[in-house]
This record gives sequence, C-alpha cells and structure tokens, in this order.
Amino acid sequence: MTSRPASNWSAQARQMLLAMASLLALVLVFSLLKPEAFMTTDNLIGILQSTTVIGVLAIASTFVIVTGGIDLSVGVLMTFCAVTGGVVMAEWRAPLWLGVPATIGTGALCGALSGLAITRLRVPPFIATLGMMMLLKGLSLIITRTKPIYFSDVEGFDQIALGSWIETWLPSLPLPNGVLIFAAVAVISAVVLRKTVLGRYALAIGSNEEAVRLSGVNVSRWKVLIYGFAGGICGVAGLLIASRLNSAQPALGQGYELDAIAAVVIGGTSLSGGVGSLLGTVIGAFIMSVLINGLRILSVAQEWQMVLTGAIIILAVYTDKLRRQQD
Amino acid sequence: MNPLNHWRGALAALSLAGLAGLSQAQEIYIPIISKGFQHQFWQAVKSGADQAAKDLKVRVSFEGPETEQQVDKQLDMLSAALAKKPRAIGLAALDSKAAIPLLRRAQQAGIPVIAFDSGVDSDIPLTTAQTDSKAAAALAADKMAEKIGGAGQVAVIGHDQTSTTGTGRRDGFVERIKSRYPNIQVVDVQYGGGDHLKSAEIAKTLVQAHPQLKGIFGTNEGSAIGAGRGIREAKKTGLVIIGFDSGKAQKDMIRDGTIAGAITQNPVGIGYRTVEAAVKAIKGEKLPKIIDTGFYYYDKSNMGDPKIAAVLYD
Repeated sequence: MTSRPASNWSAQARQMLLAMASLLALVLVFSLLKPEAFMTTDNLIGILQSTTVIGVLAIASTFVIVTGGIDLSVGVLMTFCAVTGGVVMAEWRAPLWLGVPATIGTGALCGALSGLAITRLRVPPFIATLGMMMLLKGLSLIITRTKPIYFSDVEGFDQIALGSWIETWLPSLPLPNGVLIFAAVAVISAVVLRKTVLGRYALAIGSNEEAVRLSGVNVSRWKVLIYGFAGGICGVAGLLIASRLNSAQPALGQGYELDAIAAVVIGGTSLSGGVGSLLGTVIGAFIMSVLINGLRILSVAQEWQMVLTGAIIILAVYTDKLRRQQD
Repeated sequence: MNPLNHWRGALAALSLAGLAGLSQAQEIYIPIISKGFQHQFWQAVKSGADQAAKDLKVRVSFEGPETEQQVDKQLDMLSAALAKKPRAIGLAALDSKAAIPLLRRAQQAGIPVIAFDSGVDSDIPLTTAQTDSKAAAALAADKMAEKIGGAGQVAVIGHDQTSTTGTGRRDGFVERIKSRYPNIQVVDVQYGGGDHLKSAEIAKTLVQAHPQLKGIFGTNEGSAIGAGRGIREAKKTGLVIIGFDSGKAQKDMIRDGTIAGAITQNPVGIGYRTVEAAVKAIKGEKLPKIIDTGFYYYDKSNMGDPKIAAVLYD
C-alpha cells in the first residue's frame, strides 16, 4: 500500500467513482420500484435529514481511523455534548452564541482526553475509547438524572437542524439547516484532511507511525489534537441531534459509532490506517441511509433490513479489498 | 477485479427486496411504528397487529428502533412510513414532543394517526389504544379484597406520583377500595420509584408501622418485587401482595407464593386494537379518545394458561 495520499490519487478516484455509482444504483433501483413514495421531496429530505447525524459522526471517525486508531466513543460523546448543551442553554439559560461553542468545546476536550489516554497512558485506542464511552454514558445519565433535557424554552434552538434558511430564499426547496451544516462540516473536514498539517500527519501516522516519529514529529501531541478535532465534530453532531429532537436524550447514542464506522469503511477508508477520503465517508453514509430508507419504503421486514445492510457492508469492503490487491 | 461485481452484488440484494415491494396489491396498508421491536412485550404487540391485519384483510408493517432511547431512529421510521402515503398509521411515540412536526405532516396529508401504548402531547392522534390503568388497578383491589376476606388494613407502594400509569394505578386501587369495600382501609401510600431496594425498605417500614397490615399493592414490577423482598426480610407471613406486570423475579415470587398474584397488561390486545382503530378511522367511523386494550389477573394457578403465558415476559 502506498503511503503518500498523492500517489494513490487515481486509485482513490476510482474507488470514489465506484462508491458513487453504487449509491446512484441504489437510488435508481428504489426509484424504479416505488417512484411515487421514494422520489418525493419529503422522502428525499427525510433521507438527507437521517444522514446528517451519522454522517457527521462518520466524518469524525474518519480522522481517527486514518491514523490507524478507532474511536468507539463517538456516539455517546455526541450525546454527552448534547447533554452539556442542554445544561448550559436550557438549564443555565445561556445564549446560543455561548452554548454552541461550549457544546463543541466539550466534544473537543473529551476527544483530547481519549488522545491523552492513548498517548500518555499507552492504552490501546480500542480500550481507551471503550472506557471513554462507558464513562461518558454514565456521566450523561448522572447529569440528567436519566431524564431528557428539553430545549423548548431555548429560542431558536430547534432551527439549528429543523429550520431552513434556504426555504426563505427559495420556497420550493425546504432543505433543513441540519443538512447544510452537515455539508459544511464535510467540506471543512475535507480541506483539513487534505490541505493542513493536521490532516497530513493523521494520514502519515496511519501509514507509518515510526517513520513520522523518526522524522522528528511529536506524534503524541498530534494524536491528541486529532482525537480532539474528531471530538469537536462529535460536538456538532450533538447539536444537530439535540436540535432535531428538541431535547438531549441521555441514553441515546450507543451503537451509533458502529453505523459511523460502517459508513467510513464503505467509503473506502482502510481500518489499518493511512488511506482515507471524506468524500468516500459521506457517500458511505448516504449508501447506508438510502438503503435503509429504500427498504423501509418497500416495506421489507425489519429483520431482513438488517440482514441486507450487513451483507452490503461486507460486500462493499470486500470489493474494495480486491481492487486494492489488484492495484 | 471487475467493478461490475460491485453492482451485481448490490442488485442481487435489492432484487430480493424488490420482490417484497412488488407483491403488494392495492389493499389497505397501515404501517405501525412501535417503541421497540425485539423485546417480548413488543413482539406480543406485533402478533396482535398481525392477527388484526389477517381478520380485517389489511396489510400492516411493524417497525421499532432497537432500544427505547433511539428517538431519532424512530423519527426516521415514521418519516419513511409517511412517504409511502399509507391510509393510516399507528404510533407508540418514544418522545411525544419530538414526534410532533412529523405528526403535523401526517395531519396535512390527511393520514389518520392512531397512538398506542402511551399517548402523545397533541390532539392529532384520533385515539390511543392503551391499558386502562384505573380499571386494571381496580381489578387488583377486587383480588386484594377477596384474598384478605373483605376486611382489614392495606397499603400501596407506588412507582411514582407524576406519570399517568403511576397516578392511574394508585387512584384506581384506592377508589375501588373506598367505593366497594367499606371494611378495608388504605392506611398508607408510599412511593419507591419502582426501585426494588427502596420499595423493600418501604415494605419493611409499613409492617413496622402497621402491625395489623394484611396486604400491599405494588403498582409496577419493581414495587411488587420490592414489597415481596421487604416482607421476606421482615419475616412477616400471611401478608397478601398483589403486583403489576411481569418479569422473571416477579414470576418467581408468584410461583413460590411470596406474591399472591399480579395484573398483566395485554400487549396482544394493544396491537389488535390499534389496527382495528386504524381501519375504523379509514372508514370514517368515530373513535373514543381512549381504547382500553384489556388486562388480566394471573397467579400460580393460571400462569401456564396459553392466553396468559402469551402476555407474560421475563
């Protein structure tokens, strides 16, 4: 496997085309089978809406996975951030301009703590973030006394995900703000991964950590920053889900990390690190949500939805593997 | 490798899904969005819905998130169900406030919504199919009166004083005793939050404070188990405990005689009545605000009865 992202650009471009083609194929099949239900504005917006949270979590996971690490805490961290936001905005009545950064900052801080456990305490990422997941789940339940915190009295909070700036300009396109935020996070993250030192070091660490260390880079410090950055993105997911539900649901989130990881690998990012693409991750997230939505539209029994989703994840990663071997 | 294989695999999986989609004719379709899917209780609700679908010649689908915390996944399910433009929809909302924007969409599209299991903070659902807590607790009072011979002191260990089930079960029991059994006094009502340990402490204090106490009604699983444990720890015998719902520990206590018997809700009935109400709503029939889905009293003697065993869970 090549280590520098630039040198396998064409391979990655091909993988991207393949993923994109699979997504289009899914959309095509569902539209042919049930056009009157699948291809409606309401349903397409429903798909976009349902992709936002898992999509943002998958973007966060991508940064960690390209370093060769894993973050099992992203789903629960999202919830912990939502709960923190609930305490700051709904209970302390702090304004949005304070509550939003506090929510994202909480995510960054927790992510950095995971990074510290991994680098300073030398706990493997799987265990460090598993511990973080349990710890944060407990704290969320303690802080909320196991009851949801409602944002009903926080002016404008539900507009973060459910409002539509676009609709005020273009009444025929009621695209929810949450989708725009998801798009913005994706674009910014793609730039960070490709064009900034943080992103380049993340890919380099994943491809050959020892070499990066020997070239004089403080790997530990960068890892803490990478996990912190990913945590901050989980904070954005926390805002999105809290705004959509107009509440912070303290027991939600466990299991979402697996959906996020599935989206990442479907998108062609390697779990062994060094190779990754955010466009791929976003497409991977859409493949998952389109598949689930389409199967629901076709009224496929829930058990079979699970079977088919599982099979498609394995299939997607298998074809990716074969293609890489061939390269 | 040939990129076509990627496509082929996906298409194979989808054609399987497609078969399910194409087989539907123009019959009435009612999606049911539940709070859960894999738990015994929800599977029992599903079997009731399936039975009603068969009897009334409609088609239903039954979906629910994996845990009762996944409010957002339930909304995704509801949203996809609405996209299918069904004739009616059944919903047991996990968070009644979060579901309101989608319920408004259903209302605008003229899709009648039938709530089940628990109500929604909205007048959009035409009716709610749920257990009549007061009537169920009144049956507990009747059984209590029967077991203690129609006279003496009894107490209630409630699970909370705010929820509709908490207040409904308490009031149903107390009111029935007052109106029908003048020789029985409810000497105390205490709340243990449904917590085993707390409820056990309460039971122990109750028998200390009221040495003549003849019976305790525990209003949910935890309250009943706690009452049983407290009485055991206090080494008090001959006291009648009536519980609510099932669960392994409570069933064991009923088997060994610590708890005399309990009231169980009827999840099969909840599913059946939901579909039945949806069909009535489609036909434009008027529906009552609440549909009582029924409940049963069970004890050692009838736990094995298939009708009862079907609604009990571990």
